[in-house]
Amino acid sequence: MFKKFFKNSNLKSWLYLLPAIIFLGIFMVYPLIDVFVYSFEEGYNSASQTYFGTGTYNYSYILHDPYFLQAVKNTFILVIITVPLSTGIALLISLGLTSIQRFRSLLQTIYFLPYVTNTLAVGLVFMILFKKTAYSDGLINMLLSLFGGDTVDFIEGPYWAKMFVLCFYTVWVVLPFKILILTSALSSVNPVYYNAARVDGTSKFRTFIRITLPMISPMIFYLIITGFIGAFKAYSDVVALFGTDLNAAEMNTIVGYVYDMLYGDSGGYPSYASAAAILLFAIVLTITCINLLVSKKNVHYS
Amino acid sequence: MEDYKKTPKKPLRIITYALLALWAIVVLFPFYWMLLTSVKSYSSYNSEYIPKFFTLSPTLQNYADAFTSVPLGRYLLNTLIFTVITTAIMLIVITLAAFAFARLEFKGKNIVFVIFLSLMMIPNELVVITNFVTITNWDMRNSFPGLILPSITSVFYIYLLKENFEQIPDNLYYAAKVDGTSDLKYLLRVMVPISKPTLVTITILKVIECWNSYVWPRLITDDENYFLVSNGIQEIREKGFGRENIPAMMAAVVVISVPLIILFLVFRKKIMEGVSRGGTKG
Repeated sequence: MFKKFFKNSNLKSWLYLLPAIIFLGIFMVYPLIDVFVYSFEEGYNSASQTYFGTGTYNYSYILHDPYFLQAVKNTFILVIITVPLSTGIALLISLGLTSIQRFRSLLQTIYFLPYVTNTLAVGLVFMILFKKTAYSDGLINMLLSLFGGDTVDFIEGPYWAKMFVLCFYTVWVVLPFKILILTSALSSVNPVYYNAARVDGTSKFRTFIRITLPMISPMIFYLIITGFIGAFKAYSDVVALFGTDLNAAEMNTIVGYVYDMLYGDSGGYPSYASAAAILLFAIVLTITCINLLVSKKNVHYS
Repeated sequence: MEDYKKTPKKPLRIITYALLALWAIVVLFPFYWMLLTSVKSYSSYNSEYIPKFFTLSPTLQNYADAFTSVPLGRYLLNTLIFTVITTAIMLIVITLAAFAFARLEFKGKNIVFVIFLSLMMIPNELVVITNFVTITNWDMRNSFPGLILPSITSVFYIYLLKENFEQIPDNLYYAAKVDGTSDLKYLLRVMVPISKPTLVTITILKVIECWNSYVWPRLITDDENYFLVSNGIQEIREKGFGRENIPAMMAAVVVISVPLIILFLVFRKKIMEGVSRGGTKG
């Protein structure tokens, strides 16, 4: 049976697949199983690679860890604010883009720019724009005081100010992808529908609600789902703004917590990291399923 | 065809352009600010309590500082090595795999393909923990193999390339078989050249991904000699020039951002097309 299975041409085909299978096996399939094993091994010591027993202690530990709870809270706030906001703004911009002819391709190019930039590098620029130091209040604070507002340190100041910068930067980073997807969705709507609506004398707004929105609804839901997944995994933009010690800045995210547990000054606990990563995965999976259920009812697939 | 898109009425059109321009400014301003700050001298930057929107005495001193007082050149070189090797190995791996799925017939093909597809849904955060332990056990921390090996796998690109390979007519393959061409030769002489546009797109997307990768390099390197640009910039931020030398910091940021921006401007169409076909970020 085994011999027959790998008969000449079969064997050759498997040879072509072998490199991919080796890489995926070692760095994806095995880790996937292993992470569950880790998460149930109690008191794992990474130096001696021994553990005391198995159970759910790791989960109960992180669920009682104030840093984890802070990270969950931050992540949820970030998700709830940025996903609807970025999708909405992207829709507005895409509608604007498709309604004009002049400068369209120039604007499209500009809007896409953040996608190809290094999140860490540009995050540093945002930090400087928002930061208040002894030498200077920073540009944003200057603008604020110009309009009669109080200056505030957005990087090391109050919680809401830091959260504001984080949300702003997140939206800035994720918009290019959404604008790109929505613009191409809008331009692929069959003009026949618009012409019919115009013949019937339908108002612009009604045309948008009745024709455009249903036609692009699959893409909007695609963006909402990927947006949720992406926002739940926020990490490097947070590091870019607030540095690597996110717990001290009260700005940690779930992914940040996982990496902190794994490595760095607070690291060396792969079991806690695994438990946190699995909880994150469970949250993301649940929300994605809810999204799919909702979209089944509301999305128009032609 | 163009009819339905008649330009909107004047007031609406002005508002539309105003809002679009506003967002364009929000997008471009950070880039302008980093360029501007990078050519301000250290003393003039620090004497501006209210930051100025222009400078009359631009200097390139900050760029010299960026390369001399921190190993920025080293970071760039590391990133280049990492990007080139990772992308090259990935291209070989995915081309062979996509060929097997698209062209060859063998038992268990469908099952393996479904397994591959389902791996696309596995988030990186879930596997990174074990990979960290694996690489540490292999004694590969602070080394290029440790950086590169786990970064190679890309199931999505196998899928993308397979779809492309399948569009090549079967007749070509049978004709080549009659001529006695081997599979490998057929793959290299016929399929790869025909699929060049897709391969270029995949290469560019992977290069962007490599250039910007932060999480894995951070976990696996703590020796400055192996830092990539993302880790380098974080290091510069935390220790670098002394926290206050912001102009030099911005010079480093410009140097790191420029290669990708040039790549983008050259391959604009290809990149946007490739991303809309399958990139996900945010």
